[in-house]
Amino acid sequence: MFNKIKKFLLMPALIVGMLVFASYAHAEDSLATNIADMTSSINTIWVLVAAFLVFFMQAGFALVETGFTRAKNSVNIIMKNAMDFCFGSIAFYFIGYALMFGADKAGLIGTTGFMLSAAESTSSWHYTFWLFQCVFAATAATIVSGAMAERTRFSSYLVYSVLISAFLYPISGHWIWGTGGWLATAGFVDFAGSTAVHSVGGWVALMGAMMLGPRIGKYGKDGSSRVIAGHNIPMAALGVFILWFGWFGFNPGSTLSGMDLSIAHIAVTTNLSAAAGAISAMCFVWLKFGKPDLSMTMNGALAGLVGITAGCANVSPLSAIIIGTIAGILVVMSVEFIDKTLKIDDPVGAVSVHAVCGSFGTIAVGLFAQEGYGSGVKGLFFGGGLTQLITQIKGVVAVGAWAMVGGIIIFTILKKTIGLRVSAEEEIKGLDIEEHGMEAYAGFQVFMTE
Amino acid sequence: MKLIIALIQPHKLPDVKEALLEANIGKMTITNALGCGQQQGYTETYRGVIEEVHLLKKVRIEIAVNDDYVKPTLDAIIKGARTDNIGDGKIFVLDLVDCIRIRTGETGSDAIG
Repeated sequence: MFNKIKKFLLMPALIVGMLVFASYAHAEDSLATNIADMTSSINTIWVLVAAFLVFFMQAGFALVETGFTRAKNSVNIIMKNAMDFCFGSIAFYFIGYALMFGADKAGLIGTTGFMLSAAESTSSWHYTFWLFQCVFAATAATIVSGAMAERTRFSSYLVYSVLISAFLYPISGHWIWGTGGWLATAGFVDFAGSTAVHSVGGWVALMGAMMLGPRIGKYGKDGSSRVIAGHNIPMAALGVFILWFGWFGFNPGSTLSGMDLSIAHIAVTTNLSAAAGAISAMCFVWLKFGKPDLSMTMNGALAGLVGITAGCANVSPLSAIIIGTIAGILVVMSVEFIDKTLKIDDPVGAVSVHAVCGSFGTIAVGLFAQEGYGSGVKGLFFGGGLTQLITQIKGVVAVGAWAMVGGIIIFTILKKTIGLRVSAEEEIKGLDIEEHGMEAYAGFQVFMTE
Repeated sequence: MKLIIALIQPHKLPDVKEALLEANIGKMTITNALGCGQQQGYTETYRGVIEEVHLLKKVRIEIAVNDDYVKPTLDAIIKGARTDNIGDGKIFVLDLVDCIRIRTGETGSDAIG
């Protein structure tokens, strides 16, 4: 009897024990899968949120460029900013993404993954990565619109925006960020794209503005530079705030991982550099011209942001302040140099902010990079010698040359075929009426005097 | 003394200003105006709907001059504004009864200066 009961009790105990053991083993197994799932979820969500923030920078660019130009060209500027994103997205889907991140050929170009064919399922990382890279490509494209404002033929601009997003930006981007790209292999550091994004846009912008020539009335008969004031400075300032906000996606998002806790450090360096850039630009303008000029101060904030973009992960917060300070002064000097010495008409200062400060920021990595931050490379000031600095300079020069030659080719073809510039009459009347048949401020009296 | 009122195309204002300065005429008042003469309106499109704009944007220039400056002023305005197209504008010349400079109380030709 007792034995029977014992057996009776033993059986369930055994079964329970086995179940407990089995479920324990199962739990350990699923814990690992859970963590892996969680990690990819966190990464996907973080990079997507960052991509959404970078997308919002399109709004920032649109407002900055509209505010810094005249009322009669507002519709045209907004259309350019909206449509370069749209055409750019499609071009990046069909061609650009593959050239940038496809399987490498000779370190120069990617060759696979056209039309997102690399994405094997709907949960593929490629979708997240594509969106993040697409908004970056659009940023490079839209930089150019400001420098070419108020005089470019709209249809011509659309063709340009397809070409930069499909070929120009992705190829130099592959050198820097593509697996096997020759600059990536050489150890070139451009964390979030001072060179890959901003200076590419900036150098193409320089070529565009140069080939278009100055707006009518920009230079007097004696060659002196004249003011063509922007029509809405509060709008431009709002645009700068939006860009600054978007940059918190641009730089910290470039970790491509929400598990990488350096995102906070990157956000801090980004912010400090922008603040320092605005302060130094303001002080420099104040000393030089006697008044703290708002538009230059705003350009200074953008200069600080562009300047820190390459090194945001690799430098200390104090170095970020120094980089921003230098960028702020550099942008003011560059705006003056391009306007008064080169006599190239860049209405919003896009070349100074993006090309000049982007190049400076990339070179600054070779000076200020510090062990213990980011990938751990060391710059000249922190015991790394000249090696990193030389690599940085090499990258800046190579990408600059590529962007400028590419820009010249694109704009020369456009000039010979569609025509790059609108007629003088249309330019004076305003591109809104002539290109788009509508006004930005219907019902308001806008002085159409110059 | 005459008061010269000219209505011109807005986009010709820089040219007119330049021609006036060349003729050594530097005093003027400029206002935005809406109006139409013989020129027909132009069309705008808004969200696919065509809108006939009847009143056109014009710029109104007022210049008070002494008699010896009437001809140079008219010539300069015509030189700057003329394109030989309908819509180039019109110039009115009015007799001016008096002119007073508020700061000094000067009157007549002296006040026009």
